[in-house]
Amino acid sequence: MPTEPRLEISRTDGDSLLVLLSGNWRMGSRLPSSEEIRRHLQDGSVRRIILKEGAELEWDSVLLTFLNRVAATCSEQGVAISTENLPDGARRLLALASAVPERKGARRSAAKEGFLYLIGDNVLQFRQAAGEMLDFIGEVSIAVGRLIRGQARFPRTEFMTVLQQCGADTLPVVSLISLLVGLILAFVGAVQLRVFGAQIYVASLVGIAIVRVMGAIMTGIIVAGRTGAAFAAELGTMQVNEEIDALQTMGIPPMEFLVLPRMLALALMMPLLCLYADLMGILGGLLVGIGMLNLNTLEYFNMTRESVTLTNVWIGLVHSAVFGVLVALAGCLRGIQCGRSASAVGNATTSAVVTGIVSIIVATAIITIICDALGI
Amino acid sequence: MGAQGIGNNREPVIAVADLTMAYGSFVLQRDLTFTVNRGDIFIIMGGSGCGKSTLLRHMVGLKEPARGRVLYEGVDFWEADPAQRDAIMRRIGILYQSGALFSSMTLGQNVALPLREYTDQSEEEIQELVSLKLALVGLAGFEDYYPSEISGGMKKRAGLARAMALDPDVLFFDEPSAGLDPISAKLLDDLILELRESLGATIVVVTHELASIFAIGNNSVFLDADAKTMIASGDPKVLLAECKDPTVHRFLTRGVEKAAP
Ligand SMILES: Nc1ncnc2c1ncn2[C@@H]1O[C@H](COP(=O)(O)OP(=O)(O)OP(=O)(O)O)[C@@H](O)[C@H]1O
Ligand SMILES: [Mg+2]
Repeated sequence: MPTEPRLEISRTDGDSLLVLLSGNWRMGSRLPSSEEIRRHLQDGSVRRIILKEGAELEWDSVLLTFLNRVAATCSEQGVAISTENLPDGARRLLALASAVPERKGARRSAAKEGFLYLIGDNVLQFRQAAGEMLDFIGEVSIAVGRLIRGQARFPRTEFMTVLQQCGADTLPVVSLISLLVGLILAFVGAVQLRVFGAQIYVASLVGIAIVRVMGAIMTGIIVAGRTGAAFAAELGTMQVNEEIDALQTMGIPPMEFLVLPRMLALALMMPLLCLYADLMGILGGLLVGIGMLNLNTLEYFNMTRESVTLTNVWIGLVHSAVFGVLVALAGCLRGIQCGRSASAVGNATTSAVVTGIVSIIVATAIITIICDALGI
Repeated sequence: MGAQGIGNNREPVIAVADLTMAYGSFVLQRDLTFTVNRGDIFIIMGGSGCGKSTLLRHMVGLKEPARGRVLYEGVDFWEADPAQRDAIMRRIGILYQSGALFSSMTLGQNVALPLREYTDQSEEEIQELVSLKLALVGLAGFEDYYPSEISGGMKKRAGLARAMALDPDVLFFDEPSAGLDPISAKLLDDLILELRESLGATIVVVTHELASIFAIGNNSVFLDADAKTMIASGDPKVLLAECKDPTVHRFLTRGVEKAAP
């Protein structure tokens, strides 16, 4: 019957201390504290500790940790320790544990850093991150340059796969979201416009808003959450598995092999997705027009055609092409920067989506200001 | 006493009966029948790709057999109720071929995880156990390193420390000495022997290292990819001396045919 671990300490003749270990020294049992032994060493008269196996000693690794503790206490107090009377297995395991001495300098001290230090560290890290981003953009530009001159490797099948993933596979969610956004815009507009009996202008409102920016922004955000995240996770996992290192040592630049096809595919697919989203958005507006405002389809269609100019369409398409490049860059950048652990892949994915969405909004602001300056 | 003494008391721990392993319709091995006894150091050998790791996955309950049974002390793992399965799983420790360390935890946290989950040891005791386990595999002082910051062989050893964190009854090692220098490999063999001697563990090892097969193994199976079944079993030293099968013989002599003694 397993019992509590027991420790019996007695002075033997002369300067030795006899420590008798008995009972159940296994995981899950309350270990006696080694403090008791330390107390006996206090007066300095003990020169030697004899550890001895007592009655019914059952043990596993827990006993070994206790012995380590006692040994540490002894060496600290300059007391000899004798383990001859312990179970052979325990002595051999302890010998194995000390067979490979601790490597010098291996242990790390977790120093607590001050507040100011942390702020400074963050600033420096920010500077470094900005530098890395510029580096990355520069490398991508060089790769694009090489591609244009026909010098870059271009993995055709990879390109096609990415085209499908970020194009056709995205259609369902783009349909749903843009239809609903069109619907919501029309709804919000209808309430106000009905007051003036100007229901028909719902068509203009929805048409211009969707075609000029909303369609592009909605697809941009969907693609950032879907494809951008996928890019980051994929490249991040490749980083974890040293696949990117393997590419590099094979002389295949990851920029050309991984980043270029993704970026081009998105830059190509985004305008198409955006056109499609425009269409679905207008359809959403039409549903509200017919269902709630009693407009007829032809009327709505004509009003839309009158108010939405081709310039609006172009501006929307430019938006979306820019978004495509930004989302792909964010995804690939975070993927390539990814650390070597599972949580690093998670962080890379999160960061790719955040970077993608932020850059979409910032780019929209910049393009809007430029359009305003140019008067279009 | 020693290796023979313990290996000979023939109390079966794991019995594999008529096991057929398959991935979908692709049958890897069929009709595997063997027994691992308490205190055995049981070697699974065979050429690369013959299904050793897959056999290990069947034995630890990660993959369901296409046919046949895996019995733990008479209990069929796949027939057992979830509580029984949990109890069985709790008693085994596994070192995966690729280490399978949790990449976002330090080595210390990796080893501490099962201790935290399954024991109510105090935090201080857990830290001491972690240090002890890491020291046993020659990684003293590496508690605060992340798996991405250590070498391949060190990852292997850290995985080993995690596998034995709970002092399990049965340990499964998939190529423990792959990527280790000869001295570390020897220390590892000593450790495996010691785990069996002192803690009474039963150990199943997949390995290609002839030196350690003969140094530690007292029972084995030999899987063959062409025959799609086991073509030899028993003490590797006896196999070397007596097995007539040319494939087994070539394997155990590294293809270097010696003149008959
Ligand atoms: N998830 C899987 N799906 C399909 N086939 C698999 C899968 N995992 C492994 N295989 C196949 O099963 C066979 C055996 O694989 P296993 O990993 O068990 O080999 P092994 O004997 O451990 O080899 P090694 O010594 O190289 O580790 C291989 O031919 C492999 O192609
Ligand atoms: Mg394997």
